[in-house]
Amino acid sequence: MPFRLEARGQNSVLWSWLSPVIAILATLIVSTALFAAMGKPAGDALYTFVVAPASSLNGLAELGVKAAPLVLIGVGLAIGFRANVWNIGAEGQLILGAIVGGGIGLAAGDREGFWILPAMILGGAVGGALWAAIPALLKTHFNASEILTSLMLNYVAQLLLIYLVVGPWKDPEGYGFPQTRLFGDAATMPILISGTRVHLGVLAALIAVALGWLLHAKTLLGFQLRVLGQAPRAAAYAGFSGAGLTWFALLLGGALAGLAGIFEAAGPIGQLTPSISPGYGFTAIIVAFLGRLNPVGVLLGGIVLALSYLGGEQAQIALGLPKAITGIYQGVLLFFLLAADLLVGYRIRLVKRVPAGGAA
Amino acid sequence: MNEFALITSVALSVISASTPLLLAATGELVTEKSGVLNLGVEGMMLVGAIVGFAVTLGTGSAVLGVCAAALAGAAMALVFAVLTLTLLANQVATGLALTIFGIGLSALIGSGYVGQPLQPLPKLAVPGLSTLPVVGPILFGQDALVYLSFAALIAVSWFLRRSHAGLILRAVGDSHDAAHAIGYGVIKVRYLATLFGGAMCGIAGAYFSLAYTPMWAENMTSGRGWIALALVVFATWRPARLLLGAYLFGGITILQLHIQGFGIPVPSQFVSMLPYLATIVVLVAISSDRTRVRLNTPACLGRAFNAAG
Repeated sequence: MPFRLEARGQNSVLWSWLSPVIAILATLIVSTALFAAMGKPAGDALYTFVVAPASSLNGLAELGVKAAPLVLIGVGLAIGFRANVWNIGAEGQLILGAIVGGGIGLAAGDREGFWILPAMILGGAVGGALWAAIPALLKTHFNASEILTSLMLNYVAQLLLIYLVVGPWKDPEGYGFPQTRLFGDAATMPILISGTRVHLGVLAALIAVALGWLLHAKTLLGFQLRVLGQAPRAAAYAGFSGAGLTWFALLLGGALAGLAGIFEAAGPIGQLTPSISPGYGFTAIIVAFLGRLNPVGVLLGGIVLALSYLGGEQAQIALGLPKAITGIYQGVLLFFLLAADLLVGYRIRLVKRVPAGGAA
Repeated sequence: MNEFALITSVALSVISASTPLLLAATGELVTEKSGVLNLGVEGMMLVGAIVGFAVTLGTGSAVLGVCAAALAGAAMALVFAVLTLTLLANQVATGLALTIFGIGLSALIGSGYVGQPLQPLPKLAVPGLSTLPVVGPILFGQDALVYLSFAALIAVSWFLRRSHAGLILRAVGDSHDAAHAIGYGVIKVRYLATLFGGAMCGIAGAYFSLAYTPMWAENMTSGRGWIALALVVFATWRPARLLLGAYLFGGITILQLHIQGFGIPVPSQFVSMLPYLATIVVLVAISSDRTRVRLNTPACLGRAFNAAG
């Protein structure tokens, strides 16, 4: 072997923050090369993905709108991943949040009332949390892997949503389109900055970051979750309840994903349709890792990944590239990040070839 | 004669729904037996599906298409192997990244192929036997990949139980430290097992786009890769039970198509939930027997190995 990996013994704080920067730069280089390979001017890649979305007030507002659900979900996932709770079902939890919260909004119809919006938001959180309670129950009582159960529930949730919007909840005046009626005024998220689409969910995401950081860094519960992830045996000896922490991590992640769902449905979308989320639940996994499983980092990670969505849309409109290119960038970014993370825990030592018999 | 025709057609559709599950799960079983958990099955299958489709359409040769799909799946697995085995990245996270990447990559390659028709994979006919009623088409009139799925399962079963190399592979999966101390190349074995898993997933994907529904559509495997992963747990890492699981799920998939034909008034979306719900039920049933799961799970599954300590 030409090199040897030497454990640092303690994770390098410097590298844990340098590694995302390296990963982002490497992804930009690869994307530039990919654009060039597809016969598009290479400089356009950088421009479409980074400069264009961030160069106007409206662009920045859109960035916030796209980042909000990613950050909301990412905060919950980061706390779960720390505890080794692999919730891959945020997409389904998001959908259930939209269904429960949206159901309340539809039931309210055109009624006025200050209670409608809070009830919808609460409904969204409860819907997401209940959907996440299923893998939690199956994990703690039946030992079933939450990775596979939470993932399967994504498909079930998507089918349930389709059933509702083509069946009982379909808009009778919607010309047969698979969608519900538009939410009434009292059931729509208020716009925070007039002239943009910045809605209540953006503020909620910032609050989630702050509360998530407090939980993570300042509470005993946050400490217990971290110990459970890093040293499950130590957690058991210390008397922490593994099942209780698993429940907490999944319910929290589910509630935040459900919130993201209702904010999307009653915010930028304004009704329930079969495509509430362009894969936010999966992208938030990357956001959580890019943000170093730290709520404050998740905020930065969410903004970076929101750029990839805006850039993907731009690439589609301006350069005629398929939308799927977003998924490639997101995958490549996570690849580079995971590779660069090697340096967080290890030093690379070059090994000189020593003649046989010499000290290695 | 009518019942014969019905039985034959149901049996044939069950086989075609089960074959990709069996192919992918057989590959993943070998990977996991070596101690590597690759959650990227869905992504590798999708890339295999589009590459197999594109090469078959371009060259007119399904053999080349299937080979290209296997190579594409192995190439995806190689990315996973470099990250997790050489660079010691977290296997769960890397597998998820592989799936996200594979969904995007297959959609990008496939954007020019949506809606293009393709001749389905030819059925091999054993002269004289394939015309027998019922058993003829079921046993002697399948396409080559169906036979390959059985051959691969038997070969893997023999390899793991009877061969010396299979013994080493199991040792690496159960105790990498001990295997390393004896002098086996832990990383090399895991690379090979991961690449084999990727190639099988690529072929499974090609079965979707060449035989099951001979066309390309974005995300056409719709979660079958994840079901294949669940099947490995269901089988408690034993090949014979994998066969049972794959055909059970193939049966459920087909049941879903026939339920409405029986006149049962259930909305189609609820019927479509069946395979996913069944996966959860089966996982719960197997996993709740903690002792059996612990005894059969490769002890080093998902754990990184670094020879330098």
